[in-house]
Amino acid sequence: MNSKKGMFAKEYLWRTIVTICGLFVIVITLVIGAFLVYKGSGTFLKFNHTIGEFLFSADWAPVDNMEGGGSVGTLIFIVGSLSTCGLGLLIATPFALGSAIFMTEISPKFGEKFYRPVIQIFAGIPSVVYGWVGLTVLVPAIRNIFDRQVGHSILAAGLVLAIMIFPTITSVSADAIRSVPREYRMGAYGMGSTRWQTIYKIVLPASASGIFSAIILGLARAFGEALAVAMVIGQTTALPTSIFSTTKSLTTEITAQMGNAMEGGETKTALWTLALLLFLISLLFIFLIHFLSRKKPETSGRAAKKSIRAKMEAANEQN
Amino acid sequence: MNRINRAKRADRVMTIIFYCIAVFFFVLLASFAGYVIIKGFAGAKLSMFKFARRGSIGNQLFNTIYLVFLSLLITVPIGAFAGIYLAKYSKEGIVTKFIRMCIETLSSLPSIVVGLFGYLVFLVIMGLDKSLMAGALSVSILTLPLITTTTEDAIRGLPPGYFEASMGLGSTRWQAIFHVLLPACLPRIMTGIILAAGRGFGEAAVLLYTTGSGTNIRWSNWDLSSPTCPLNPFRSAETLSLQIWDLQVNGQNQDLANLASAVLLILVLAFSIGANVLSNRINKKNSGEKA
Amino acid sequence: MKKQFGKKTIAVTMSVMCMVGLLTGCGNNASSTGSDGSDDANLTGSITAAGSSALKPLVDDAVDAFNEKYPDVNITVDAGGSGEGLKQVSEGTVDIGNSDVEASEKLDAAKAAELVDHRVCVVTMAPIVNKDVTESGVTNLTKQQLIDIFTGKITNWKEVGGADENIVLITRPESSGTRATFKKYALDGADEASNKSMETDDSGVLLQNVKSTKGAIGYVALSYLVDETGVDTISIDGVEPTLENTYSGKYPVWTYEHMYTKGTPDEVTQEFLDYIMSDEYGEKMETLGYGVSSKMQVKEH
Repeated sequence: MNSKKGMFAKEYLWRTIVTICGLFVIVITLVIGAFLVYKGSGTFLKFNHTIGEFLFSADWAPVDNMEGGGSVGTLIFIVGSLSTCGLGLLIATPFALGSAIFMTEISPKFGEKFYRPVIQIFAGIPSVVYGWVGLTVLVPAIRNIFDRQVGHSILAAGLVLAIMIFPTITSVSADAIRSVPREYRMGAYGMGSTRWQTIYKIVLPASASGIFSAIILGLARAFGEALAVAMVIGQTTALPTSIFSTTKSLTTEITAQMGNAMEGGETKTALWTLALLLFLISLLFIFLIHFLSRKKPETSGRAAKKSIRAKMEAANEQN
Repeated sequence: MNRINRAKRADRVMTIIFYCIAVFFFVLLASFAGYVIIKGFAGAKLSMFKFARRGSIGNQLFNTIYLVFLSLLITVPIGAFAGIYLAKYSKEGIVTKFIRMCIETLSSLPSIVVGLFGYLVFLVIMGLDKSLMAGALSVSILTLPLITTTTEDAIRGLPPGYFEASMGLGSTRWQAIFHVLLPACLPRIMTGIILAAGRGFGEAAVLLYTTGSGTNIRWSNWDLSSPTCPLNPFRSAETLSLQIWDLQVNGQNQDLANLASAVLLILVLAFSIGANVLSNRINKKNSGEKA
Repeated sequence: MKKQFGKKTIAVTMSVMCMVGLLTGCGNNASSTGSDGSDDANLTGSITAAGSSALKPLVDDAVDAFNEKYPDVNITVDAGGSGEGLKQVSEGTVDIGNSDVEASEKLDAAKAAELVDHRVCVVTMAPIVNKDVTESGVTNLTKQQLIDIFTGKITNWKEVGGADENIVLITRPESSGTRATFKKYALDGADEASNKSMETDDSGVLLQNVKSTKGAIGYVALSYLVDETGVDTISIDGVEPTLENTYSGKYPVWTYEHMYTKGTPDEVTQEFLDYIMSDEYGEKMETLGYGVSSKMQVKEH
């Protein structure tokens, strides 16, 4: 190959390129964040609303002009977003994990050949198709099954979101599970564990951080989803009282009004503040999940290996 | 003995549960796909398959593929390099943690916000027209985190021996990454690219403000600078998902919207299967080399 | 080793191609807008329009007809909402901004003053209900009843002579042009009860919701009802919502659709606007459910 000098020059070149790409991620996030802060701060600076009103009041009636004077309480949207995404995650996660385990541990051949492609396909269906099928199939079904006049509900939105994020959680956590070294499993089997014990005590803990990032990705998709949710949530500006209530979420309100609102007016500024809030809430979630997952055993390093070995021994003792 | 029986019974029960979940979702997804495809083709007319300005899906199909191709050209190098940086170059510390936070934040951005950001940066500031390129750049923002994360996870998922052995043989870090690690985790990176492409295929809200929703191309025109040339990346273009959105929200020509959904689904299907075949082949070749 | 070089070569070629693509693309970016071809048949150039999604089907159709006459004019039409259309024409990123409302309502005064209004057509908004409402006997509402229904005072169809069934309000978002028109001319400015109504982003989805929800009432522009048999319209004070009643001034809920240009339009754009407002195209326009501006006997409300 090249001379040694060239080899190291190349190493430095690539190191620089790779570092720049890594830092680029930070730059673009900061730029978007700054952009949202710039656009969204107007609600407080220009139209003189308090942060307290914005977060804790359920009175949403901004005025669509430059003078302002309306009210910008967003409690309804916050509750709406949290409840739909929470419900979606609650429904999707167990099934997605089950599917991921199925395609990696129980039937890897079938999983690799059929299950994985099918799931990847579903990651690529446009949200508007999910929304439309939700509106024409799911909403009438809810109406008939629960005998209600209106089928639009938090339940419908949660179900649609669950189906939408299912592929993301499944395929990312399947990857995480697959990357658990074979020796771990062999060790567990060798000590007489059943398959379920191996999965439950060895494989899942070893891939915990990957599974967490799968859940984060799923949650992120659910949080940012607008078009599909908008079609089935039955956008009503009222706090939900049950899972059959119609309500609004942060994203649905943004998409509904952004295109029509007056540039620089109170409504549009408040919508930008909503987007900023969405940004901050996802940050909060990310912090939270990192905080939670830190308590779980890590997959890297000697400590993790030790703890997994301890688990394997523990699993064996139980037998 | 009792305990072993219990463990065995639990194992059987869980196996059955996993089978049930898998079958249930397989059926659910398959029937969903079947519903969309059958409904799409049931209402289709032959004229809808043309490459006409309106009332057909040919141009939109081409635009969709072209746009995703352009956006992958941008994200795959940047995303993969950023992933490599995180996996092999960065030191655990504030900067790395911060990059991870940024990635997760980026991936949770609502697409409409990215669309409006793209509009501001690429159209108003950079002065691009509503175009495929502006759309591809905006979609890249959305898919960047996905590719970065999968690349990083893929590299970290490899047994440490790969890297250590290569370094032990006197290679530089970069040689180890490029010649040993990357080929070994290519199938997993491929998964990330497919997911990213899938997101690009289905994206509507981002493109609404950046590519525009009008297409006017002439297939006889191959002058790259002309706004009606199909390959000109700086022309306005409607993708399939935009077309579906446009037709459905306006309640116009439902049959065409259904057909477009079906075709989009088949497109993703074909793409996904193709990519899988490819990554399997790479897998086989690599394991062959190793032996 | 050979293989490794191969991969490297591919990577380098890819990135070079990528760069070259970007550069040449940028060079070619200059669009061929405008031309001074005085000969009509050779009219060339390109027009971009964006904005109101309610107006898009009409503009799309007009483009087809216009292109038959002038095949070398390249026109692209985007949706995005009235506010976006006005913003973009004002920023100069498009040639025409389509809007359901006057520019002054969505832009500040200085920016609105730069724009030139072209009232290309009239849209009539009609109250629509689920079929079961008309089947139970409600085909007409007085204006007061309509106001009471949309402000949430009347909540059951039996109060206006129908079956004993809850009224489900299906409306559009606060900033929607359709909602503004309906509020102004059908509800005499009364605010809709937003905490009791389901808002839908788009008229197409609204239509679907009214069609499938029993006891539902909403409103859309007539252009959405041309081929639609799944919902029924409701008369206001005995006047059916039709284009004829709008022309004669009997039916009050209508508004002009606007196509704004920044300053005086260039020749190609002017030609296109003239074409849409011509009598020749007017007939086609009516079959799509839009009203021809020149046929209005009352020009203002």
